[in-house]
Amino acid sequence: MDKLLEVKNLTKHYSASRGVFAQNRQIVKAVDGISFSIAPGEALGLVGESGCGKTTAGRCILRLIETTAGEVWFDDRNLLALDKYQLRMMRRHMQMIFQDPYASLNPRMTVSRILEEPLVIHRTGNKNQRLDRVAQLLNMVGLDASLMKRFPHEFSGGQRQRIGIARALALDPKLIVADEPVSALDVSVQAQIVNLLKELQQKLKLTFLFIAHDLSVVQHFCDRIAVMYLGKIVELASSQELFKNPLHPYTKVLLASIPVADPKIKKKRENLKGEIASTSRTISGCHFHPRCSIAIDRCKNEEPPLREITPGHFAACHLAEL
Amino acid sequence: MSDPLLQVRDLKVQFFTEDGALRAVDGISFDIQPGEILGMVGESGCGKSVTALSILRLLAPSGKIVSGEINFRGKNLIQASEREMQQVRGNQISMIFQEPMTSLNPVMTVGDQVAESLILHKRLARKEALAETIRLFQSVRIPDAATRIKDYPHQMSGGMRQRVMIAMAIACHPALIIADEPTTALDVTIQAQILELLNQLRNEYGLSILLITHALGVIAETADRVIVMYAGKIVEEAPVLEIFERPCHPYTIGLLDSIPKIETDGTKRDRLKAIEGSVPDLMKLPPGCSFYDRCSDRMDRCTELYPEIIWINPQHRVSCYKWTNS
Repeated sequence: MDKLLEVKNLTKHYSASRGVFAQNRQIVKAVDGISFSIAPGEALGLVGESGCGKTTAGRCILRLIETTAGEVWFDDRNLLALDKYQLRMMRRHMQMIFQDPYASLNPRMTVSRILEEPLVIHRTGNKNQRLDRVAQLLNMVGLDASLMKRFPHEFSGGQRQRIGIARALALDPKLIVADEPVSALDVSVQAQIVNLLKELQQKLKLTFLFIAHDLSVVQHFCDRIAVMYLGKIVELASSQELFKNPLHPYTKVLLASIPVADPKIKKKRENLKGEIASTSRTISGCHFHPRCSIAIDRCKNEEPPLREITPGHFAACHLAEL
Repeated sequence: MSDPLLQVRDLKVQFFTEDGALRAVDGISFDIQPGEILGMVGESGCGKSVTALSILRLLAPSGKIVSGEINFRGKNLIQASEREMQQVRGNQISMIFQEPMTSLNPVMTVGDQVAESLILHKRLARKEALAETIRLFQSVRIPDAATRIKDYPHQMSGGMRQRVMIAMAIACHPALIIADEPTTALDVTIQAQILELLNQLRNEYGLSILLITHALGVIAETADRVIVMYAGKIVEEAPVLEIFERPCHPYTIGLLDSIPKIETDGTKRDRLKAIEGSVPDLMKLPPGCSFYDRCSDRMDRCTELYPEIIWINPQHRVSCYKWTNS
């Protein structure tokens, strides 16, 4: 398979020391050795509950935070081995869309300055060419170019997210990391933004890493989905396959927990016992075994590797069978 | 049908700002029956939280109830004295908020916080109150209740904190719980646990719940009846099955269409049906229907006068001219 991005054994550990003298140093394994790849033009979803490491993974890939171990290959170069200058040259190909459209736009800058900034940093064109590009970007995300002299507070949440998307597109990137791009928006506006992202993906042949907790949005948007639990990928499959035939017990519970907007379906659901454990506690064997309804002794001692159960469908469970 | 537990009639709430009066809730009426879960849906700014706060008279100082009645057990809460309201709050009507971390006191153990309301309303001694708190923690399924009452809020997870809030809400056996986005800050697996708990408590104690949320999935699974709000008004009300099967207001239809459905058979829709535009500014509402700009079925008369809400069958009402004539 052709790959635009390949992540190998990506690991991010934080050390959390307690108390002034830090006698008991704890290691928080936010991301604990994850591997996946994304083909050009593909949208990969990264899902999981809070604290599973999905956001940390996204930031490590763009090197917004430094990684503990692993490799991130983008266009045949290992991003983690690049120096500052080389990294800056590569950055234009990878952009991020953030969750909170209120926090991610500088309130003192006009929209045209916000959108021009990446062009200035990467020394693209002269002033007039840059302004033309700003107008073009605004049109691309469905905003009128005449709005470019306004400030972020003059826009609604959905419009601000459009501006955030325009900024991400300014340098014609190949890869977009979208971290919960619609979860701060109203329901009726979410659908507009999801549609816009889909259109742009098709028109500009963009590749997406789509990080979200809302499985129904991810299923709609993504070709493949990786499910994370406590820093690890527990299942990876095409989105149709994952929903039709989930193999990992955690994925099954996650899917069953989604409230369905159809009152006729009163699901007989098995609610998950307990809560997500802290990543600072070491759990032997499979990370999910304390909450798993089908765990056997082996799960407590031996960590299951992510293995291919059927072609293209990976799961990290000793008991996963066809 | 028995007498309603709570009757809201023509409630109007305005916020007085520098730019003038903002009509946050603009003449809404509804009932809550004993033992019923009434779902209230709408987007940000539609007035659902303001309605909740008005019932408990907890509005910020700039917000005023300008007219209407809120009848609860034969008493109009709008005219109740502050002293009478204190007897109602927490005791007969209690509230669960969205973010349990900000609604709990960080420097007090969770056990003491729950016991506090028992000491205050039920006049229990501290020891009895703590024993009762342990029982309450057990009924909201907090494991190791006897030790967890000594925890401070930061020592608990989000789901556990929300259980503490629920324990506090049911401590005095209220007749009505107002739950304002009780699961929005929680993960989806924890959300499922909390919704199930609310449903069990309703069955055990026979209490009524006003469940406020923006998530239609939560409504579909939990509510008996649904009210849809838009720009300070009720635009539609119906039993839960009917609202999902036969939605009548274009806004309700649009909301239902805009959520991505999980397709297990592999079919994929390319585009979601989105509602165009965004929620209107309450300061600049157009004359006539507030949804006009975004409506796919708009007619000329919609701009003239706001469509009165009318009953199209004994349990289903809607405010849209599409339904006024037929």
